[in-house]
Amino acid sequence: MIDGYASIMAQRADIMRASVGLDYTKYETGALAFDYECLLADTGYDIDTARRVQHNTAVGSTPLVELTNITELARAVAAPGKGARIFVKDEAANPSGSFKDRRASLSVHEAGRRGYPGVAAATSGNYGAAVASQAAKAGLRCIVVQEAFDSRGIAQPEIAEKTRACEAYGAEVIRLSVGPELFYVFLCVLKETGYFNASLYTPYSILGIETLGDELAQQVREQAGRFPDIVIATHAGGGNVTGTARGLAKAGAVGTEVVAASVDLSGLHMASDHDFNRKSFTTGHTGFSMPFTTWPDRADVPRNAARALRYMDRFVTVTQGEVFYITEVLAELEGLQRGPAGNTSLAAAFVMAQELEQDRIIVVQETEYTGAGKHPLAQLNLARQLGIDVTRGDPRDNLPGGRIVIPEHPSQLAVVDVDLDGVRRSYIRHAIDSLAAGEQLNDVDFTFLADETRTHRHYVEDIVNEVHGKT
Amino acid sequence: MADVVAIDTWVEIRRIELAPDQRAPQVPADTRRVPLELRAKGFLAAPARLGEQAEIVTAAGRRLCGVLSEVNPAYTHGFGPPIPELSTIGAQVRSMLREQGRCK
Repeated sequence: MIDGYASIMAQRADIMRASVGLDYTKYETGALAFDYECLLADTGYDIDTARRVQHNTAVGSTPLVELTNITELARAVAAPGKGARIFVKDEAANPSGSFKDRRASLSVHEAGRRGYPGVAAATSGNYGAAVASQAAKAGLRCIVVQEAFDSRGIAQPEIAEKTRACEAYGAEVIRLSVGPELFYVFLCVLKETGYFNASLYTPYSILGIETLGDELAQQVREQAGRFPDIVIATHAGGGNVTGTARGLAKAGAVGTEVVAASVDLSGLHMASDHDFNRKSFTTGHTGFSMPFTTWPDRADVPRNAARALRYMDRFVTVTQGEVFYITEVLAELEGLQRGPAGNTSLAAAFVMAQELEQDRIIVVQETEYTGAGKHPLAQLNLARQLGIDVTRGDPRDNLPGGRIVIPEHPSQLAVVDVDLDGVRRSYIRHAIDSLAAGEQLNDVDFTFLADETRTHRHYVEDIVNEVHGKT
Repeated sequence: MADVVAIDTWVEIRRIELAPDQRAPQVPADTRRVPLELRAKGFLAAPARLGEQAEIVTAAGRRLCGVLSEVNPAYTHGFGPPIPELSTIGAQVRSMLREQGRCK
């Protein structure tokens, strides 16, 4: 142990400032308001610059693939005349196999530009491989800190594959057992090395995704003559939804509905050693998306540049079994072994296509590479080993951590709408809770909260009054 | 006593970062009962025996100490046997498309 837990956590602000090179206090405008657009714009990475940086490392310009067979399957179970065209943006074609290369590219470029000796990231997912890959290309050293195994030493297979990938790109990988103190170990690494914090939640990481939304809007317009009706993004920390929606808007696709989709893991505790290997999904699930949507500033930087509630028109969940089912369908009907992450959106797209007329267009905005550990077989074999029941049946009987129910028929797939009003209320409650004792909301804060929740000032005021018991 | 592992061998070390009583206040009860453990790989900086203290040089060039736990640690993640509950999905959906004339 380099330093005591309390001592390192007390140095958090200084370590962060040095490691991301951003003074977040400069953007504060109220008791909790800050100038979000200014924070992003000051980085200097507009969408053309981001595209140029990404082009230099072969990031982006991925194919848009129409899933004609899955569309037909949706039409086979939909009401007559229903069944929108489903497309997927094949982000697995990026250098390290996922859209996370877009997020890593600007961070690593910025680290090199500012003269940092290396980059570090706290992530158990594709993002680690992306940072390691970009760092390799840039000639920077790289350390990835993962939550990787439980107290019995059982590794989550998908994370084991990310360990291998990061090491293949020449990164040092620190593997930890379960717990939020990963952040403490990460701070120790940053303090010792002076590396750049390639956090998932800096402006660089979010601006890097704007090219994805922009590209897919242009590609759909080229292939189908108009912008997509719906774009679905698998939702965890909020970056994917935020960056994609911003990119769509910059391309002019302002009428496109942005849908966030997560795997329902309700009932499982994200910091529980017991539950760690019983999730069967490592990301794109409600264990991240609910807390991050209702309070984004719980991230490893002072202000999270991923603010999904500003951008989502709809938020849906699907079950574990439904995602495994559609993963099989994607392989067997479209010849694409991909996932797991994008397949959460694909399960939702399969259902939502049935709600729309056949001339409408739905885009699943990512795929990721699959392989050993990252495959339904690896997850379901581990689930069985841990005593989780794996059956075919009605997906509504799926119970996270207890029973994975794989649909018996494609007509059984469904989405559950998350009540966005409830999410907005929860966000505003978190905002009020975050105020220091005696601090009051002022005009700029009410406007900020209305922007954050895509509502109006009087909506925010009503909830603030409710919380304070002044109805 | 275990054999001495030669300098520059690719190995894994393990160490306890936080004992149960040092864990963060927000950690749930089951996680609090166990320590936060760290595992890292690198090249041995000096000869050492399995189960004893050792120093490694990591891929990023850092020197880390811990108990030498594995020599040339394997990647053991894979796929495992096929899952019967998944095996019939392909045939099912292809037969549905066959009815539409889209599949042989």
